[in-house]
Amino acid sequence: MKLEGKVWRYGDNIDTDVIIPARYLNTFDPVELAKHCMVDIDETFAVNVKAGDIMVGGKNFGCGSSREHAPVAIKASGVPVVIASSFARIFYRNGINIGLPLLEIGDDVEKIHANDILKIDTSTGTIEDVTNGEIFRAHPLPEFVQEISKAGGLINYVKSKGDLG
Amino acid sequence: MAMNMSEKILARHAGLESVEAGQLIICPLDLVMANDVTGPPSIKEFEKIGKKVFDSEKIALIPDHFQPAKDIKSADLAKSMRDFSRKNKIKHYYEAGRVGIEHVILPEFGIVGPGMLIIGADSHTCTYGALNAFSTGVGTTDLAVGLATGKAWFKVPEAIKVNLSGKKPENICGKDVILTLIGKIGVDGALYKSIEFVGEGVKELSMTDRLTISNMAIEAGGKAGVFPFDEVTKEYIEGRFSKDYEPATADDDAKYSSVVEINLSELKPVVALPHLPENVKTVESLEEIKIDQVVIGSCTNGRLEDLETAAKIFKNHKVNEKVRCIIIPGSQAIYKEAIHRGWIDIFIDAGCVVSTPTCGPCLGGYMGILSAGERCVSTTNRNFRGRMGHVDSEVYLAGPYVAACSAIVGKIADKI
Ligand code: SF4
Repeated sequence: MKLEGKVWRYGDNIDTDVIIPARYLNTFDPVELAKHCMVDIDETFAVNVKAGDIMVGGKNFGCGSSREHAPVAIKASGVPVVIASSFARIFYRNGINIGLPLLEIGDDVEKIHANDILKIDTSTGTIEDVTNGEIFRAHPLPEFVQEISKAGGLINYVKSKGDLG
Repeated sequence: MAMNMSEKILARHAGLESVEAGQLIICPLDLVMANDVTGPPSIKEFEKIGKKVFDSEKIALIPDHFQPAKDIKSADLAKSMRDFSRKNKIKHYYEAGRVGIEHVILPEFGIVGPGMLIIGADSHTCTYGALNAFSTGVGTTDLAVGLATGKAWFKVPEAIKVNLSGKKPENICGKDVILTLIGKIGVDGALYKSIEFVGEGVKELSMTDRLTISNMAIEAGGKAGVFPFDEVTKEYIEGRFSKDYEPATADDDAKYSSVVEINLSELKPVVALPHLPENVKTVESLEEIKIDQVVIGSCTNGRLEDLETAAKIFKNHKVNEKVRCIIIPGSQAIYKEAIHRGWIDIFIDAGCVVSTPTCGPCLGGYMGILSAGERCVSTTNRNFRGRMGHVDSEVYLAGPYVAACSAIVGKIADKI
């Protein structure tokens, strides 16, 4: 998948409580969740985000609760991919399972700034920062995980195979 | 090949002689668990797969987060889980009045035990590591697949060894141990890894301490927090857990990615300052921090021993006139026993609010939401921005000892 979009830049340890606060967890409607995405640290995000924009965070992105509402809210905001130095484990699984690509690039993330334009090829993991000319490579995904991605998420994967394996 | 406890449990379930860190495996599960926030969306995803539940006896659906229902939407969520549970004859579904906080009642009811492999759509599912299970949190989709197939995929994690030594002083509880560890290694110190607690100091820790410690493995980014099986485990599960079980013991030369030493004798009462569980400071090192609210409860510290600690401190004392103190027993049995032992009288005489078991304020749901600028000392596990209410409120994490002292003094304190 080839993507191009503008960066929303956040810091380290962005937790699932700020991605989608618990007071909005009484629904699982993606559109409703997207309305409140990031609101506690960035009120402008939900209002101004455009389909195709890219979210970039620092270390341990998505730490905290297991709520899949968090990656769902990001995806429903129109963000097609999240890049971070590292991801929290459950968030990472959830992203893979719902078909939201997550690219881990370590310290290189520091070279990406707010409002930069990125060109991304998710199949090779190549990220080009058009604004400053830098090129980064994400850690490759394990084969099994790529298969889940290709199927469009874990539910479709299980449906097509009739079992998990 | 030498294996640690996590690897042993995973290998046994995958049907393999051995596994090693980094390996991707698919395992049959002993239990699949969700609550009223994560269960309903999991059920929707499950229905898309078009299969029956894999085993109605190996599923637990626990209405605890917003229940008894705090509003209409929460009532709708609970209803969808209730309808599903009745239709599919889910064995471990319980109505209000017979339930409590998921991670308190699953061990208490004997639903989880040693050597088990468990996933739960709740990040604190790692709690059951205290009983020598490999137990980890997942999201909605993994849970849906678990409901349908009884399986999950795992990447075998590397493990950190936490070597406990020394004797636990009187005023120190499990919370001080785990907060001290998180303060040392940071909120991503165990990212993608399991934490295994070993050493002479393990026997110093009660099951309540262990459950608190394993509960917060996730606050260091951990996938699981596993304790060895010993006399304390055996005594706890006796009369509760009736299935056959096979404890997992680490081989002497098992591999660990790193070792952290914690000497229990040297521990001091600590708190984690806002807004991360790694901002750990000893209470004695703090300047005066005035507080507005105290919460004693949750899956971290809502057990009988926690209430006992609090009751001993509140006896013949009053909650500071500027503080609200909310006490929430983790289960009906704990609530009842606390009444029986006279602790609820002590709490009410001290001026505390006492509530029926619920997650309530822990996740900013209801029953004690904070206003802008308010400060709360809480025995819960997360102090993220806005976790218990307004984004400009502050949560200080502590054990029941510090929480109760603080309620009386009106500022963060480890003595009255
Ligand atoms: S008490 Fe808090 S941390 Fe524990 S399960 Fe409930 S909401 Fe989650």
